[in-house]
Amino acid sequence: MNRREALKTTGGSTVMALLVSAGLIKPTDVFAQATDWNKNAFDTKNLNDTVKALGGTTATLSKDIVFSSAPDIAENGARVPIAIVSNIPKTDSISILVEKNPNSLAATFFIPSGTEAFASTTVKMGQTSNVYAVVSADGKFYYATKEIKVTLGGCGG
Amino acid sequence: MADPMKIRARLQGDKTQVIVSMSHEMETGQRKDAAGKTVPAWFIQNVKATHNGKVVFSAQFGPAVAKNPNIGFRVNGAKVGDKIIMNWVDNRGDNRTDEITVTPA
Repeated sequence: MNRREALKTTGGSTVMALLVSAGLIKPTDVFAQATDWNKNAFDTKNLNDTVKALGGTTATLSKDIVFSSAPDIAENGARVPIAIVSNIPKTDSISILVEKNPNSLAATFFIPSGTEAFASTTVKMGQTSNVYAVVSADGKFYYATKEIKVTLGGCGG
Repeated sequence: MADPMKIRARLQGDKTQVIVSMSHEMETGQRKDAAGKTVPAWFIQNVKATHNGKVVFSAQFGPAVAKNPNIGFRVNGAKVGDKIIMNWVDNRGDNRTDEITVTPA
């Protein structure tokens, strides 16, 4: 029985403990399964649905969210570097959405208090699209948007 | 185990700028291989950075994050010589942990 089957059985966590103590699975397998991943948010197809899946209702346009680094034209859609700064107080997360991708949400960054409200990463863009930076702060959601043109699409499809 | 992350953590003033390069295929699950078979989704889902036992930054990735992704963030309150520990977990439960020592800029 693999770990996924073990978790699905009734009393799955007890089965997991028994399997770990029997040496049949490693403890790291258990911790890997226990990590949170917001599947609903990564299945959404537009800004409003993503905001709801992230725990909000609507998002307000904000000039205090800045694309501190993002190209106007991405030569290679497989690798588009995007950096976002939020000047909204009590920012606790920053998300990057690519409107025309098969699913909107590319990534969400969580900002504990004491860490700067800044995040950068590289994303795939299938085609020219609006990119949204969505920020949650003190229970409310905000967004900024920028169009990034793509000359060579990056979803490999 | 997956290839190690390349990490830089540089203290500038009171902020430590951390840049991480991860080694991962980040397959979307939509690509077809040369034989026409769909390559299954395989991608980093969770990323976590800890400093002095506290999570200072974390992220959830979807498959639209680029192959061999970079990630950058800035933490306060770290000193030169402190360790920052980076960890990622992918959708198959594979994971990687690497640490970096904070250096001056």
